[in-house]
Amino acid sequence: MRVMVIVKATPDTEAGVLPTQEAFAAMGSYGEELVKAGILLDGNGLKPSSTGVRIRMDGRNRSVIDGPFAETKELIAGYSLWEVRSMDEAIEWAKRFPNLTGETELEIRPVFEDEDFGEAATPELREQDDRLRAEAAKRKAELANRGA
Amino acid sequence: MSGDASSSTHRAVEAVWRIEAPRLIATLARMTGDVGTAEDLAQDALVAALEQWPTSGIPDRPGAWLTAAAKRRAIDAFRRERMLEEKHATLAHELTERGEHALTALDESIDDDIGDDLLRLVFIACHPLLSREARVALTLRLLGGLTTDEIARAFLVPEATVAQRIVRAKRTLAAARVPFEVPRGAELAERLASVLEVIYLVFNEGYAATAGDAWIRPALSEEALRLARIVATLMPDESEVHALVALLELQASRFPARVDAQGAPVLLLDQNRARWDRLLIQRGLAALARAESLAERAHHPLGPYALQAAIAACHARARVASDTDWARIAALYDALGEITPSPVVELNRAVAVAMAFGPAAGLEIVDALRAEPALAGYHLLPSVRADLLARLGRGAEARAELERAAALTRNERERALLQARAATLGRAGES
Amino acid sequence: MRVMVFVKASPESEAGVMPSEELLNAMGDYNEELVKAGIMLAGDGLKPSSAGARVHFSGKSRTVIDGPFAETKELVAGYWLWQVRSMDEAIEWVKRCPNPMMSDSDIEIRPVFEPEDFGAEFTPERREQEERLRASIASQQA
Repeated sequence: MRVMVIVKATPDTEAGVLPTQEAFAAMGSYGEELVKAGILLDGNGLKPSSTGVRIRMDGRNRSVIDGPFAETKELIAGYSLWEVRSMDEAIEWAKRFPNLTGETELEIRPVFEDEDFGEAATPELREQDDRLRAEAAKRKAELANRGA
Repeated sequence: MSGDASSSTHRAVEAVWRIEAPRLIATLARMTGDVGTAEDLAQDALVAALEQWPTSGIPDRPGAWLTAAAKRRAIDAFRRERMLEEKHATLAHELTERGEHALTALDESIDDDIGDDLLRLVFIACHPLLSREARVALTLRLLGGLTTDEIARAFLVPEATVAQRIVRAKRTLAAARVPFEVPRGAELAERLASVLEVIYLVFNEGYAATAGDAWIRPALSEEALRLARIVATLMPDESEVHALVALLELQASRFPARVDAQGAPVLLLDQNRARWDRLLIQRGLAALARAESLAERAHHPLGPYALQAAIAACHARARVASDTDWARIAALYDALGEITPSPVVELNRAVAVAMAFGPAAGLEIVDALRAEPALAGYHLLPSVRADLLARLGRGAEARAELERAAALTRNERERALLQARAATLGRAGES
Repeated sequence: MRVMVFVKASPESEAGVMPSEELLNAMGDYNEELVKAGIMLAGDGLKPSSAGARVHFSGKSRTVIDGPFAETKELVAGYWLWQVRSMDEAIEWVKRCPNPMMSDSDIEIRPVFEPEDFGAEFTPERREQEERLRASIASQQA
């Protein structure tokens, strides 16, 4: 199963304070452990919300609000994507995250996979897939005919 | 309207433009039969947008708005032609008819048509009639939406040069009455090769570039990668297209590791692999798998891009340099040398063979290349030879080769490195 | 540049309400457009926080708290990773996204830290070197 591991923002991350050399090194080793264990799929730090933007969707309306956003508790500072056997395994690994900033919070959320979508949705998605494949096949046939 | 608001609308219009322009130009090119006219009409629509949207707001479906605006101008242009050029009345009449018919068709067109138009535009921008530089400039302009200035800065040439290239390219295509269509049959393979070559050229321009005009050059490789992905969705059944995507994703995955803290380039084997981008590696391997399965289904051997991507994949899969499957890489270079023989490929094969089977085996191949005229001024030949000789304990010969390599290279840092290595061998004593 | 685009959670996403067929189709079409534009790198939906957990770090202590989490406004329901030329381009694409929720919703866009941001590559010496290189190439071509 895949999980997203979200690093929640702090006043420091929002202020653009970059991790110390020591913290970088610790995170680097941690990342290497995750790679060796075959867990790490992807991971990135996000720039402070002063560089970000929110789009509010209200019916068909779209309004753009520039960051920064005041509620730090609502913000994320980074994410990572892991392949694990269970939430328990994910929690175990998360506990080993090097905490060099005093207070940090990670949130772990399982990711929806195709199998999760159940009866109602799959026929449409499968149909869309079939349509794409049919179009591709049709195009190919047309090209082949024209070339004949 | 406040300065802030209008400049943010302006930026939004530009962002919309970059998204919509290629398809818009493609549609108009099909309507008018001429790429130059198509771009002019599209630019007219952009001007209208810049004039009207700050007041009216950005429309819900900006692409449709721009297309409608451009269509109106196309019809006006056809009508003016009809009025002004009586002797061409028939042609103008036909054009107008075709134009109005095309309008109806446009209104009813589904995404499929637009996809095909975009593909037609890709092929025409990369037409073999045009010089390589012209193809690159036209592709970046029409498909990448880059300005003349951006293209000029990316390739370190004056803006006027790029502008001229683009103008001449459009004229060449118009004069030759190049049809706006996707090539068929036997022609397709050659024309597709031209498209892939252009994309790879652009990628390498950004890839080989070091810092410089910081934002544009890595952006150039990103642009090339995007174009490759787009072509892959337009031609989902072509193995070599997915192979090129794979090659670019895998090469791009190494970007974060390719320069050290001092900004000096780091050789692949010395790179810190923890900095390789895992997401891009995954994407590259997936694209390679698709390329391989398509080739297999068509009972074709792997093409040159697939082979190069497979080599890149060997490196990507090795967590540390010593895990590299050199025997497989050697076999892949062998296969590559069969379909695209080149002394450089052979030299790379020698390196892989040496890593897999020992320096003596590699040296045999390198020695055979010494007479190759194409490699006469190529510093990597003596450099590789030196490495193999050193590994065989032939220090004095190795040193001579390093000095030869140092004399051939134009790169200061490289020369210093080679000379330093030569000095080390000298100190170890003559053999 | 890369951006992370994430859909903030809503009461219905937290309740595990399945999107309508219409929305699923619209989202499917939208994702197709992103792929066709060559900008889509990754994207996933996240299960409701009832399936999740938090690990709180304080000094040496680690506390695990199981979901669900009450503050919906703090939660993310889904994300994309896009390769774009600018924030403006990302904003334009988000505007075209069908509303992922039945009620009002928020989508946040945040640029991702790239390796270049950590300073290594763009030392003043490097910049100078590049300027000289560009100048010499330009004069060669003149």
